[in-house]
Amino acid sequence: MPLDPPAKKLTRKDFVSDQEVRWCPGCGDYAILAAMQRALPEMGVTREKTVFVSGIGCSSRFPYYMNTYGFHTIHGRAPAVATGLKLANPELDVWVITGDGDGLSIGGNHLMHLLRRNVDVQLMLFNNRIYGLTKGQYSPTSLLGQRSPSTPMGSVDEPLIPTVFALGAGARFVARGIDTSIKTLGSLLGDARDHRGTSFVEILQNCPVFNNGTWDGVTSKEVASDTQLWVEHGQPLLFGKDKEKGLRVLAGGRGVEVVKVGPGGMPVSEITVHDETNRPLAFLLAQLALPDMPMAFGVLYRSPAPLSYTDAVVTQNTEAITRSGEGDINALLRSGHTWTVE
Amino acid sequence: MDTPVSNSADGREILESVVIRFAGDSGDGMQLAGTQFTQSTAVAGNDLATFPDFPAEIRAPAGTTFGVSGFQIHFASHDVLTPGDAPDVLVAMNPAALKVNLADVPTGGLIIVNTGAFNKANLKKAGYEENPLEDDTLSPFRVLKIDISRLAVSAVEHLELGSKSAQRTKNVWTLGLLYWMFDRDRRPTVEWLESKFAKKPRIAEANIAALNAGHIYGETAEMPQGVGTYKVPKAVVEPGTYRNVTGNDALAWGLAAGGRLSGLPIMFGSYPITPASSVLHALAKLKNFNVTTFQAEDEIAAVCSAVGASFGGSLGVTSTSGPGLALKGEAIGLAIITELPLVILDVQRAGPSTGMPTKTEQSDLFQAVWGRNGDAPLCVLAPATPGECFHYAIEACRIATKYMTPVIVLSDGFIANGAEPWKIPDFNTLERFDVKFHQDTENFHPYQRDPDTLARVWVKPGTPGLEHRIGGLEKHYESGNISYDPDNHHKMTKIRAQKIQNIAQDQPEQAVDLGNTTGALAVVGWGSTFGSVNQAVRRARGEGLDVSHIHIRQIWPLPRNLKTLLGGFEKILVPELNNGQLVRVLRAEYLVPAEPLDKIAGQPFKVSEVLAGIREHLNA
Repeated sequence: MPLDPPAKKLTRKDFVSDQEVRWCPGCGDYAILAAMQRALPEMGVTREKTVFVSGIGCSSRFPYYMNTYGFHTIHGRAPAVATGLKLANPELDVWVITGDGDGLSIGGNHLMHLLRRNVDVQLMLFNNRIYGLTKGQYSPTSLLGQRSPSTPMGSVDEPLIPTVFALGAGARFVARGIDTSIKTLGSLLGDARDHRGTSFVEILQNCPVFNNGTWDGVTSKEVASDTQLWVEHGQPLLFGKDKEKGLRVLAGGRGVEVVKVGPGGMPVSEITVHDETNRPLAFLLAQLALPDMPMAFGVLYRSPAPLSYTDAVVTQNTEAITRSGEGDINALLRSGHTWTVE
Repeated sequence: MDTPVSNSADGREILESVVIRFAGDSGDGMQLAGTQFTQSTAVAGNDLATFPDFPAEIRAPAGTTFGVSGFQIHFASHDVLTPGDAPDVLVAMNPAALKVNLADVPTGGLIIVNTGAFNKANLKKAGYEENPLEDDTLSPFRVLKIDISRLAVSAVEHLELGSKSAQRTKNVWTLGLLYWMFDRDRRPTVEWLESKFAKKPRIAEANIAALNAGHIYGETAEMPQGVGTYKVPKAVVEPGTYRNVTGNDALAWGLAAGGRLSGLPIMFGSYPITPASSVLHALAKLKNFNVTTFQAEDEIAAVCSAVGASFGGSLGVTSTSGPGLALKGEAIGLAIITELPLVILDVQRAGPSTGMPTKTEQSDLFQAVWGRNGDAPLCVLAPATPGECFHYAIEACRIATKYMTPVIVLSDGFIANGAEPWKIPDFNTLERFDVKFHQDTENFHPYQRDPDTLARVWVKPGTPGLEHRIGGLEKHYESGNISYDPDNHHKMTKIRAQKIQNIAQDQPEQAVDLGNTTGALAVVGWGSTFGSVNQAVRRARGEGLDVSHIHIRQIWPLPRNLKTLLGGFEKILVPELNNGQLVRVLRAEYLVPAEPLDKIAGQPFKVSEVLAGIREHLNA
């Protein structure tokens, strides 16, 4: 939401707190922090109206490193705290920082309800497919067979796809980015902030200590052009080094296929054009996974509701005053049946 | 009923006090009949206390003993402190209601039975092999046998409602009969029915017809020996404007008032739970009082939203009952370590676990005082009556914002649902406690403290130059930054404890509610047992026993003079609706020889039970 422009142009440094950053060397969180600190000045925000709220986990240390208001809360509950904060003070620009364990395991319920209510906050879910802070147990997004201290023979539970969860819960802004892709991440953060309602951004993040290279198959430079499909509203779904591959939705929307584009292949006009307001398409894109498909990045879905939850609550509160006038406590206490003793 | 002292001019026997219990199936409308009788009794100028007692099931299987719903009212021409130990009049709408309640009726008591419900099937469901109306089961009592089902139906026959709707007027028919018997004005109930069923005029008409028919039946039918008409003269009460109030309504209004007095918006995050839900319902209607209500997805989200709101500069409030308080524990700890104001209303019920949701108990005291991980002190207040809930909700707002701490208000099911006449205070005479947010940027850090209260500064996000981060990790005393320093943690733990202890300096000294300030026995109660304990002590003193009543409203920190006060008594008896909680706190804190008097039945104390305990401890 637009805020009062700051008196002077802020820079990245203005958003760096005096706290020493204590993530492990090489952690993807450093890159995300840098992206955020660079992106915020571009968005024209003020420090005092910006608040970072987090739960528990490596990612949740994030607020301490931002020179804004911040609240490091308890495990999984940041969405609920942020909801109360936003209801108390709708003027604030609230960012929720969570991880795959914090947001999808212990806090899955709150995340679901934040999304369905459409509270006007931005939520960044750092997905490293592992529990870092508790030393390496498998998480709800860990792959089948993941070996960890709690799954020495490999995990037997099916992983969750965060963006599919978000769409299923009714999210109206769903995006995916990559920790080290600072430029694209910055622009996603800006889009997320511009959206009125809950913005859900999954960020693939590397944990160099407990799950090093978990996303390499998608994010490493050598394979990126073939494994990453960056979607853009109104543009065909193309990927590959020379955009020689494209995605087509199968008849009836029952799935997608990858086709060769250009000489010896199909014309670009045959390729599905990304429509970020198309929810079924967003589901198809969110589910794309290696090895048969590229993974989709960018804004998968954006379809703002007329009113965010916060707007709707404020509207009702205002309407109550319009209808009944500013509440009078003495009149309230004397409403209903009373009698007087002389 | 007391022995009639005389007759009134219109030939009614004059009584000082009466206890009536309405009992029927949970679908029989007993709560409605009780509430209406309460309103008309208040109008008649009697003092009164009520005790609704209903099953957890919304509509338990008809005719069963566990589906019996009851409502007891005690009204008198003198002060009434309890809903009464035993009913002088029992209204039994079916065999199950008779079965469940008969044991409480004293010999000679009046029983009004709806014979229309005493059929074979109902008798069997209630566990009667023989019809108690036909054998000598009821011979110790005065019995009024009336086929209320049939009479109610015939009273509304002309309206052609259908038998189900016609049957449902039998509670109002019974109410009409009792209005005749106790000289109550029908008008308030008629007006209430007209407004309640404004959109269903035929239903309103039927109920009014039934009410009148019950009244006329009393006027015309020949009553058996010993059943007459009665009058309970007006009680002498302080002049003023009164209303009936339940504890939960008083809590909700107190929060709205507390918000107003603090100058803060209230953000009330809650999750439905018996018997606390009606606080949420009441507040949801008060949006024009700068109150935002949020029905969260669970108890944890409810308290977390309140903590988030307090961080944002509103006053965060949550309400719950025992199981919910357990779930909220971690987030309350967050409010303790971040030193944010937070008000938690715990309307206690019988536990552990789901326990008996609709039954009252005082068993969350330990949980309120100590039920969190770590050394996590906070303030705990316990109103003694429905009316006091208003005051303590305001007090909770004041303490929470002055000391930057969570405050738990311990109510219970008895206070929550029970009604009492309440002299309505004038809001304009209540003292304001406007909150001032910290603005000074010089040498700012978020754990700067007020040297007197030790309260942390409260900064509203949005304030330029005071950007800061707080959280659940231990913070350094000097800088407010994360700290694992051993000495610092020791110091911060002591400071958090001292801050809460400081609240005692701000609270009135503990008074003796009844009796002398020293003596042989102090009966120390808390919360909803006030009425029974006070009556019991009054009677014991009437018997010449050296006993005093001390009722604690400030559970933590304990009143600053309590140790000295208790030291003046040879014996201390602590009646509680739990397995001994306050008694252990007093023993642990003061090394005094406090003894428990417990009742863990989901029911309030009877005066006689407390009196027996007093006699036993004084060997009287």
